[in-house]
Amino acid sequence: MSSSLLVALAGQPNCGKSTVFNMLTGARQHVANYPGVTVEKKTGFFSLGDMRVELVDLPGTYSLTSYSLEERVARDFLLNDNPGVVIDVADASNLKRNLYLTIQLLEMEVPTVVALNMMDVATRRGQSVDIAKLEQLLSVPVVPTVAKKGEGKEAVRIAVEHAHAEKTVAPFVVDYGPLESRIDEISAMLAGDPTLGAQYPVRWLAVKLLENDHEAEVLLRRVHSAPQGVLDAVVLARAGFLEGEGRDIERHIAYARHAAAGRIAREVVAVEEGRGRSLSDRADRFICHRFLGPVILVLILLALYQVSIVFGGWLAAEVWPLWGGIETFVSDMLPAAGFAEDPLVRSLGEWVVKSMTAILNYLPIFLLLFAFIAAMEDSGYMPRMAFILDRLFRRFGLHGQSTLPMILGGVYVGGCAIPGVMATKAIPDERARLATILIVPMMNCLAKVPLYLILIDAYFPQMGGLAMFFIATVTLFMALPVAKALSLTILRKKEQAPFIMEMPPYHVPTMGGVARRSIERTWLFVKKIITVVAAVAVVIFVLINFPGLSDTRRAHYAAEEKAAIDAFMVEVDKTEYKGVITHDDVLGIILFDEALRQAKVGVTDQAVSDTINERFDTANPVYSAVVRRQGDSGRTLNRELRKVVSVRKQLRREMRTERFEGSFLGVVGRAIEPVTQYAGFNWRINIALLSAFAAKENSAATLGAIYGIDGSGQSVEESMKQEEAGFTPLHALALMLFMALYPPCIPTSIMVRHQSNSTKWMMFSIGYQSLLGLLVATLVFTGGSMLALSGFQAMWAFYALCVAVTVVMAMIPSREEARAASEDGKEPCKENCS
Amino acid sequence: MTLDEMKPGTLCVMVDLHTAGPLGQRLMDLGFCPGANIEVVRNAPLVDPVVLHLDGYNVSIRHDEARYVEVERQ
Repeated sequence: MSSSLLVALAGQPNCGKSTVFNMLTGARQHVANYPGVTVEKKTGFFSLGDMRVELVDLPGTYSLTSYSLEERVARDFLLNDNPGVVIDVADASNLKRNLYLTIQLLEMEVPTVVALNMMDVATRRGQSVDIAKLEQLLSVPVVPTVAKKGEGKEAVRIAVEHAHAEKTVAPFVVDYGPLESRIDEISAMLAGDPTLGAQYPVRWLAVKLLENDHEAEVLLRRVHSAPQGVLDAVVLARAGFLEGEGRDIERHIAYARHAAAGRIAREVVAVEEGRGRSLSDRADRFICHRFLGPVILVLILLALYQVSIVFGGWLAAEVWPLWGGIETFVSDMLPAAGFAEDPLVRSLGEWVVKSMTAILNYLPIFLLLFAFIAAMEDSGYMPRMAFILDRLFRRFGLHGQSTLPMILGGVYVGGCAIPGVMATKAIPDERARLATILIVPMMNCLAKVPLYLILIDAYFPQMGGLAMFFIATVTLFMALPVAKALSLTILRKKEQAPFIMEMPPYHVPTMGGVARRSIERTWLFVKKIITVVAAVAVVIFVLINFPGLSDTRRAHYAAEEKAAIDAFMVEVDKTEYKGVITHDDVLGIILFDEALRQAKVGVTDQAVSDTINERFDTANPVYSAVVRRQGDSGRTLNRELRKVVSVRKQLRREMRTERFEGSFLGVVGRAIEPVTQYAGFNWRINIALLSAFAAKENSAATLGAIYGIDGSGQSVEESMKQEEAGFTPLHALALMLFMALYPPCIPTSIMVRHQSNSTKWMMFSIGYQSLLGLLVATLVFTGGSMLALSGFQAMWAFYALCVAVTVVMAMIPSREEARAASEDGKEPCKENCS
Repeated sequence: MTLDEMKPGTLCVMVDLHTAGPLGQRLMDLGFCPGANIEVVRNAPLVDPVVLHLDGYNVSIRHDEARYVEVERQ
C-alpha cells in the first residue's frame, strides 16, 4: 500500500533553496498562494519507494520570528501542517548565518535533514566543511549538495526516508545561560496542560513566550486551558531578567543563538589562509561604483527594453498568424455571418476570442521579459539595482526595489502594467509596495501607444518626436509626486520595513533555470488573466451592443439591404444564370468570396493557389464563376457583386456606429459630457475612452469604429480631423494626458487586487486615476484655453509644472523624517538648557 | 560611535544595538551582534544606503538604520 509524506523545504534567502526544490521534484510542481496572503506557495511531488512525497517550499527567511509575513507563514506551516520531515537548505559558503535558522528549526523539534548546498562555492572560496562533525554537533543528518548540478539528490532522498522512518527527534538545545531557570519555569507551566504538552514543543513555546512573540501568545491563548497564569509569569520573568541582566530577553536569545551558530561554524569550517577578495567583490567595485554603477544600470535597462519590447514586439508580430488562425478557426465554427447583421452567437464569440487574442499577442513579450528578469534575479543584480536607486526613490515614498515594477510598466515607452504590478511582490516595505502598485499603471504601457500615435500624427505632425518625448517622460514626473502624495496621505499608516538587504555573490544564471521560471510565470499569468478577460469581454460586449437598434431603424437598414440585392438580381436575370442564382444565393456568394480570400492569405506559390481555386470550383461551380470572374457573365456579375459588397460594408459600419451610440456605454458617454467638456472630450471621445477600460488598445480601435476606418480608404487621423472640425492640438494634448493617467485596464486591476489582496485597493486604484486623469486633462484644456496657449505651448508649460511639483514633493519630509528631524533638533536644546 | 559615521573602508567591531522591535530583530537575525566584525565596504552612488561586510557576507542597510548600531573602530 502506498502512503504519503509531507515534507517542508526551509532555508534562508539566497541559499539555493529553489534549485534544491527543482532538483528533487523536477517538473512536477505547481504554484499557488498560502491561504489569505500574497506569499507564493510552491508545491512539488516526488516518490520515495512506494511513498508519495509532497514537498512544500517555505518562504526564504533569515529567522522564524513573527515580525514578517514570510516568517509567520513559514512558522505556521511548520506548527500546524505537521510536516513529517523538514529539509533545511543551508549555504555551505555562508554557514554561520545559515545555522542561525537551522538552530531555530531544530528548536521546534521537527525531524530535520540539513542539505548543505553550494558546496562548490565553499570549495572555491577555500572553505572546507567537516560534515561528520556537523552531523554530530547538530545530531541530525547533513547531506552535502550542489543542487545546480544535481549532486546529492539521491543522498537527500535517502536521508529524508531515514528521518521519516526513525521519527525520533533529539532536540537541539541552545544554552541560554542565565535565562535557563526561567525557561524551565515556564516550560513546567506549559507541560502541565495535557493537550498543549502533547501537541507543541514545550521548550520552544516557552522561549518564544519569553521573547515576547505575539503569535506565540495567540497560540497559547488558543490551546492552553489557563493562559493568563502563564502570561503573568512571562511578564514577571521578562521584568526580572531585564533588571538582573541589564538587557531584554529578545536580545539575549538572539545573541545566544548567534553564539551557538558561531561556535559550531568555527568547529566545522576550515578556511584556507591568504585568500584575496572574491570575484564578486571585485565586480561590485564597478557595478556599484559611484559613477559607473548608474551607467551600467542604464545600459542593462536599455538591454531589457531592446530584448523584451523591441525584439519581443517583432517576435509578437511573427507569432501573430497563430492567434489570427485561432480567430479564423473559431469564426468557422460559429454560425455563418448574415448580410447586415450577424447572429448574436457569432458576434459575441468573435468578440470574446478577439479580446483574448489581444492579450495573447503579448505572450512573446512576456516570455522574454520574465526570462530577462529571472536572469537578473539569479545573477544577483536585483539587490544592486535597488541599492543604487533606493535613495532617489525613497524621496518619493518608494523603495529601491520599486525600480523593476516601474520599468516593466513602461517607464519610457512600452511596457505592461500587469507584470509590473506582479513584480511589486518583492518589495518588503508595505507602504512603498502599495505606492508602487498604485503608480505602475500610470507608466506608458504598449497599449497606450496606438492612441498617442494617432493623436500625434493628426495634431502634432511637425513636432512628432518632441511630442513623443513629452508623453514618454512626463508620466514619470506625474507618477513620482503622486507616489509621494499617496504615501503622505492614505498610505501614511501602512507598515514600513527597514531596508536591510543581503548582497549575495554574483552567480551565472543557468539557461534551464531561467527558461523554467519564465515559462512558469507566463503560464501563471495566462491562467489568471485569460479566464477573467473572457468573462469581462462578455460584459463589455453587452454594454456596447445593447439595447440595440429600434425596429424602425432596423426596417430602414433591411430596406437598403433588399434594394442592393434586388439591383444585383436584375443583372443576374440578364445572364445565363437567370433562375440558377436566386435571392437567397447572394449572401452565399459573398461569404464564398470571403472564404476564398481567407484561404489564399499568405499564399505566394502559384501551384498552391491553383489547388485552392480547383477546390472552390468543385465545391460550387456557379459561385466560383462569379467570384473568380469566369466567362462574360461571371465578369459582369463580379462587377455587380463588388457594389453589393461595398453596400454591405457601409451598412454594417453605419449599424455598428448607431448601435454603439445608442448602447448603454454610449448613453453614459453622453451623460458625462457636461463634465468632460472641460477636459475637451465630447461624447464620442468618451465612448472610446470608456471602451478602453477592457484593454487600452480598444481606444484606438473604437475611434476607428466611430470615425470609420473601413471603406473610405482614409486613415483614422484624417477622418478624425474631418469629423471633429473644432478639435485643436490642445484637445489632443488633454486626451493624451488623460490616456497616460487612465485607470488600469481590467487585467491589471485584477492583478492589483491580487497583489494588494484587497478589492478596496483595486477600486481605489481605478477611482483615483480616473479623477486625476480628468483633473489633469481639465487643467490643461481649460487652463490652456483661458491663457490662449497653443497645444505645443501648453505641453511644455505643463511639463515645467510637473517637474517643479516633483522637485517640491522630493523636498517634503516624510512623517518619519519629520519626526527624526525634530528629535535631532531637540538634542542641542537639551544640552544648552541643562 | 555609531555605524553611520564610519567612512567606507573602515573596520569596526560592534558594541551594542540601540533599537528593539522589528528593526532590532531583523538586524540581529542578520548577524548584528556585539563582537561582530563589520567592514564598511562602500556607499551607494547617492551616498545612501551603505554596503557592509560581516560574518562572511555582504549586506546593505540605510544610514538611518546604521545609526542604531554602536561600534568601535578597529
